[in-house]
Amino acid sequence: MKREIDLEELNRILRKLNIEGLEDVHIEGDVEIELDMAHGGLDPAFLQSLGHEFAQIAMHLLNISQLLGYPVQRAMQPQPPQLELPTRLADERFSVGGISEWKHRIEEVTLGATSSDGGTRSHTITLGGEQALPYYFDAEMPHGNYITMDVFDMPIGMAKAVKVNYEDVMEDPAEWAKKVVREFNADMVTIHLISTDPGIKDTPPREAAKTVEDVLQAVKVPIVIGGSGNPEKDPEVLEAAAAAAEGERCLLASASLNLDYARIAEAAKKYDHVVLAWTQLEINAQKELNRKLMKQCGLERDRIVIDPTTAALGYGLDYAYTNMERIRIAGLIGDSELSFPISSGTTNAWGAREAWMVSSPISEDSDWGPREYRGPIWEIVTGLTLALAGCDLFMMMHPASVQVLKDITQMLHGTITENDVDIKDWITRVVV
Amino acid sequence: MKVNSPLEVYKHLPQTNCGECGEATCMAFAARMIDRSARLEDCPPLLDEQYRKKYEELRQLLAPEVREVVIGTGEKAIKIGGDDVLYRHQLTFFNPTGLFYDVWDTMGDEEIAERVNEIQGFKKFYVGSFLTPDGIAIRSTSGDPERFARAVERVCSITDRPIVLCSFDPAVLEAGLRVCSSRRPLLYAATADNWQHVMRLAKEHQVPVVLSAFGDLDLLKSMATTFASAGIEDLVLDPGTYPSGKGLRETFENFLKLRRAAILEGQKEVAYPLMGVPATAWLMYEDELTASYWETVIASMQIVKYADVLLLHSTLPSALLPVLHIRDTIYTDPRRPVQVEPGIKEIGKPDASSPVFVTTNFALTYYTVESDLASNKIDCYVVVVDTEGIGVEAAVAGGQLTAEKIKDTLEKEHFDVKEKTEHGVLVIPGLAARLQGELEDVTRLKVVVGPQDSGRIPKWMEKNWPPE
Repeated sequence: MKREIDLEELNRILRKLNIEGLEDVHIEGDVEIELDMAHGGLDPAFLQSLGHEFAQIAMHLLNISQLLGYPVQRAMQPQPPQLELPTRLADERFSVGGISEWKHRIEEVTLGATSSDGGTRSHTITLGGEQALPYYFDAEMPHGNYITMDVFDMPIGMAKAVKVNYEDVMEDPAEWAKKVVREFNADMVTIHLISTDPGIKDTPPREAAKTVEDVLQAVKVPIVIGGSGNPEKDPEVLEAAAAAAEGERCLLASASLNLDYARIAEAAKKYDHVVLAWTQLEINAQKELNRKLMKQCGLERDRIVIDPTTAALGYGLDYAYTNMERIRIAGLIGDSELSFPISSGTTNAWGAREAWMVSSPISEDSDWGPREYRGPIWEIVTGLTLALAGCDLFMMMHPASVQVLKDITQMLHGTITENDVDIKDWITRVVV
Repeated sequence: MKVNSPLEVYKHLPQTNCGECGEATCMAFAARMIDRSARLEDCPPLLDEQYRKKYEELRQLLAPEVREVVIGTGEKAIKIGGDDVLYRHQLTFFNPTGLFYDVWDTMGDEEIAERVNEIQGFKKFYVGSFLTPDGIAIRSTSGDPERFARAVERVCSITDRPIVLCSFDPAVLEAGLRVCSSRRPLLYAATADNWQHVMRLAKEHQVPVVLSAFGDLDLLKSMATTFASAGIEDLVLDPGTYPSGKGLRETFENFLKLRRAAILEGQKEVAYPLMGVPATAWLMYEDELTASYWETVIASMQIVKYADVLLLHSTLPSALLPVLHIRDTIYTDPRRPVQVEPGIKEIGKPDASSPVFVTTNFALTYYTVESDLASNKIDCYVVVVDTEGIGVEAAVAGGQLTAEKIKDTLEKEHFDVKEKTEHGVLVIPGLAARLQGELEDVTRLKVVVGPQDSGRIPKWMEKNWPPE
């Protein structure tokens, strides 16, 4: 049953209820309040009186509620606005695109030659071939990173933490080379012919070449042949060494703008080797040197690896990192003067005082802790940072550094996949 | 930011060239907004009511792609996120990765105090200032809200550094918040299981919050979208840090994906700071040294590629030092000059008996030498040779540091060693030893070879100074 009443009537009814008490009250059916707006434009005076009527009704209803024992007072307390928070998670899918500018491939350069190619190495190592920054999901990285460990042709001064590993072999480069391959898992060996420096021993090139032959006899991995860093002497030394190592596809370190790079390039072509093109933290110098090696000397692209210089953590690694990253990105987007595999003299990390000094020379510094711990991690972090910039080959010294850098780069590359750990409860499970 | 040319900024400026910002023209000021070397608030007229609309428009156009989130309050508060580029050479990275080291609530009061003081007290001098960690992460290892609250109270009583509260149990987080919400701690973490409760906590206490979805970027985005829709936008995303194997590679990829989406594709839903947890390395290795090495390796990787805040465990100096340095490496502004002005510098108050040291104008080399000399109170002259900003060893190898160049520097500055000093001796760096003979020939001075590292100069002086 439905009956229409007006507000005034409703009010009257309610007032009556209030006065007379509530006995056998039944409120049934829909209560419908209809405002007739059809006549256009509501008179403000009308709205005023309507509001008044509603307020009156509300008062009566409250009174009724109170009579029924409902705690009206509490309900009328000002409530803090309830936080309107979602109760269900949005259902989103995440996706991200690739980098469209990376259209070019870094040159693939192979080091070492096996008997089928006229050499005596047990296997070869190929660097480069990337089409994206290292370990990015945009493109498979065809080859991983490799580590070549330093061997010197005479005993040299080195940080104590490094030295303890080599004291038994320092007088014999061939034994030294064997040790880094057998015991320290080196992918390659670098023989540094530092004694050829006129300021050190001025060892004649022919004698230095003999050392290279010894090392090639001692190990079957591909090798790097390094000079002394003397710009007058190096071209001659590297030429003699290249001749002695003919057909082994060694990496000749290094050609640079401040020496007779043409002579080194010539030796590489003649005796089948690869040239390491070294510049100092300067992208344009690297372009110039690479251009000269290719155009002026006629060196093939697959005979060039570049070394844009490694500065240690805390000693200019920011420049080295960004320089390398810029070079690699330039190569990927099509600068053919920069699209070569990159090598790093990671050993430079040992020049950082944090790596070798017993304690800090600065009195305000906190305790640096034992240097035996600091040195290897300095070499690792320097190497890893450059690996992330695009470095392919690392020249290193400390066995522990070599192992850790290998592990981390292989995990990033996807070669090591085991040892997954459940991290769900790390908050409570990490050492307490 | 949404604009990349000064002209686009200029359009929204008052264009009066009033000079109040310190620049001569509005266009010059616009250029500084583009490289983020000035703030919008540096233009006082823009803050006037009449420019309100332009100010608002500009503020939105200039907002960094990745949201900036503040953790903590007061002087020690840190800002994370706020980046606009994927590679530092494209501009620079802003707001260095926040480094938080942990304590846990099952430690005793004394232990907590000792560790907090160790963390906040660690400092390493570097190029004119100290490198230090940022704050303390408090883990609930007891699972007991009251115990957690007590630990938080304890930490707050001994440090004003920013804090991260770590528990997946909202009741525990709530207990912690009751003690320290006014310090604006970072809440760790909302997950698929507890997000509603943690969301309410973040909203009620107005604190930044981490969303954790290990290895699940769909879930992470879903959570971020949901939180943003509730008006909670001081978010940090934690896609999980797996310390080894396949998980480690996925961790690396997830950071790349999230940051690329934010910066390159403008996906606002995930444009928040990212959190790494290298402390998970401790789940992998028992041995302290191995675990701390791997933690450092993972931290370095994450600092290089896009982590804005890290939770760490190892406080061995061999872990702290490289982590502090790699953070500085990546966040140093690459636009900073590589070189200092060549010439003759005086350290302290040199007189006729003071040594004359030679070094290069590579900024890092120079500042290292300078701080070693100054902090050891050695009065001396330093001959700064223009090596085109290359360090000693490399400059000797590359021909930028030669006997001739050293001689030229002395002559150009009219610095006559024989006149200025009673000893007439030049000290060259140990790494430039091979220049000794030639330098003696061209300068007709006595040249002695100093140590290979300027940190050893004090010891070297004891034995070798004054010269015979």
